[in-house]
Amino acid sequence: MEKKETIIFTLDDREYYTTPTKKFIQRKRYVPRDLKEISSFIPGVVLDVLVHEGQQVHEGQPLLILESMKMANQIKCPVEGKVKTIHVKKGESIAKGVVMITLE
Amino acid sequence: MGLSNKIKELHQKRESLSKGGGEKAVEKQVAMGKLTARERIKAILDPDSFQEYDLFVQHDARDFDMDKKVLAGDGVITGTGTVMGMPVCIFAQDFTVLGGSLGKMHAYKIVKIMDHALKMRIPLIGINDSGGARIQEGVGSLAGYGEIFFRNTLASGVIPQISVILGPCAGGAVYSPALTDWVFVVDKISKMFITGPEVIKSVLGEEISQEDLGGARVHSEITGNAHFFARSEEECFAQIKKLLSFIPWNNTEKPRKITPKPPRDASKIETIVPEDPRQPYDVRDVIRAVTDDSDFFEIQEMWAANLVIGFGRINGQTVGFVANQPMVLAGVLDVDSSDKAARFIRYCDAFNIPIVTFVDLPGYLPGIDQEHMGVIRHGAKVLYAYSEATVPKISVILRKAYGGGYIAMNSRHLRADFVFAWPTAEIAVMGPEGAANIIFRKEIAEAPDPEAMRREKVKEYTEKFANPYVAASKGYIDAVITPAETRKFLEHSLEISVNKNVMMPAKKHGIPPF
Repeated sequence: MEKKETIIFTLDDREYYTTPTKKFIQRKRYVPRDLKEISSFIPGVVLDVLVHEGQQVHEGQPLLILESMKMANQIKCPVEGKVKTIHVKKGESIAKGVVMITLE
Repeated sequence: MGLSNKIKELHQKRESLSKGGGEKAVEKQVAMGKLTARERIKAILDPDSFQEYDLFVQHDARDFDMDKKVLAGDGVITGTGTVMGMPVCIFAQDFTVLGGSLGKMHAYKIVKIMDHALKMRIPLIGINDSGGARIQEGVGSLAGYGEIFFRNTLASGVIPQISVILGPCAGGAVYSPALTDWVFVVDKISKMFITGPEVIKSVLGEEISQEDLGGARVHSEITGNAHFFARSEEECFAQIKKLLSFIPWNNTEKPRKITPKPPRDASKIETIVPEDPRQPYDVRDVIRAVTDDSDFFEIQEMWAANLVIGFGRINGQTVGFVANQPMVLAGVLDVDSSDKAARFIRYCDAFNIPIVTFVDLPGYLPGIDQEHMGVIRHGAKVLYAYSEATVPKISVILRKAYGGGYIAMNSRHLRADFVFAWPTAEIAVMGPEGAANIIFRKEIAEAPDPEAMRREKVKEYTEKFANPYVAASKGYIDAVITPAETRKFLEHSLEISVNKNVMMPAKKHGIPPF
């Protein structure tokens, strides 16, 4: 095993001198989910946008169609709200994790 | 044609088929730094012990001009032989023959040798080097994989199954190794993934090399899919032989006993573990201080290194060791180390190998990622595996044994046969600092000098509870022993556990927290 730097690891108010694992260093920090931002969970092509800015939307209402892996995925609204901004256009190719619609 | 001519013809046929995919393909194989399938089998088996079957098997595919193609042995070599006198069944996919692709007859040869291994109750070694399903054969090749997976499952826990990844192993093909007991990989040669970089790029737009996606290091360090990492094929074959020396032929036998040897550095044992529970050390030094010839064969050395597993011998008899590693992440249990421990415990239990557990852990690893990855169900696997195991189970608590970690690490409560503790052991719900801060929160907060009060209360708790005697007074620990006495106590406990016989409630099978 390669030599690793010693870290101080605190558990139940006690400090332990130890080394980290690669996975521990690379672990994902938790980011709370923002329900007002509708992001792409997968890259794809926007087949259709079903709402317009300023429109009142309900929980479960389809907002747009994102085609990915040969499937037309309906992206549904997670909460009650109003469409503030639409960031994508019909026919646009988008990457993963892109904010497509912002609600207010 | 006379007999001599017929014999000559047989020799010619054999020779031609033994060349695999021909000189050019073999040259390519060698250029990739790989041995040929035949060389690999010879390198693993005892000299001249290989007996080959089904050399003359041919595929029966008709579409895509396949009827015009003659594939030597249909891309896989199968047979039997011995490894240090132990009989084994072996197969090796031949990448020089149409990329080692798996067609119906290729799979049939593998299935046949698997059935043989199961019937004869001897280990199976599979060498994987294949581009995947032979697409020209369509669903016949898928059926072949399915038949292999089914037999892997049937044979699981009955005969040892070893997978050696010496080339690509992608798509459905990866599930056979995953269903076997041990996966060996070689740096720069082994590649395993469900979907390759091209598919990932087209679907997700994420770019990655084969090596970074599923190379030998990735599976040895990140995923835990591999158990043994080698820098060369030769080193890999030496590891396979060493592993086979520790395990039995099948689940009704015990591992071979060899001539006992004392540990090489037994006297060091007093000085390995620092008294201060905050200070790290390498728990493998403790293992080496009690094993024959100080030999310890570690498994999954790079993955979840906060827990150590592997084989050693005590008095010539194979023992499976499970130990918290204070040198890495303070030796905590987490998702990966729980999986690592639980699977190894179940392996030892299935193959009649006694388990010795060295305990020194502060508890489970806190963290949002851990909780969200399901540390509850993963951690539960350790409890399940120890509780279920009926082989001799011995624990030695070296230092800290706190909280849920104490219970999980083969405690008396999970029916350990023997639990010993060193005088440095601390068996408590948590470390003294944490405990004092909770129990004496009010006293500390209201004291004129809270820090002084905290120190006093921590000291009080340490003196009262941070020792092995409270647990020993309740019979949870059988004996408090000195480090130097450890080997003697282990030897004796193993000796008198030889005929251990416990009956578990009859059931089809349990529902472990997979």
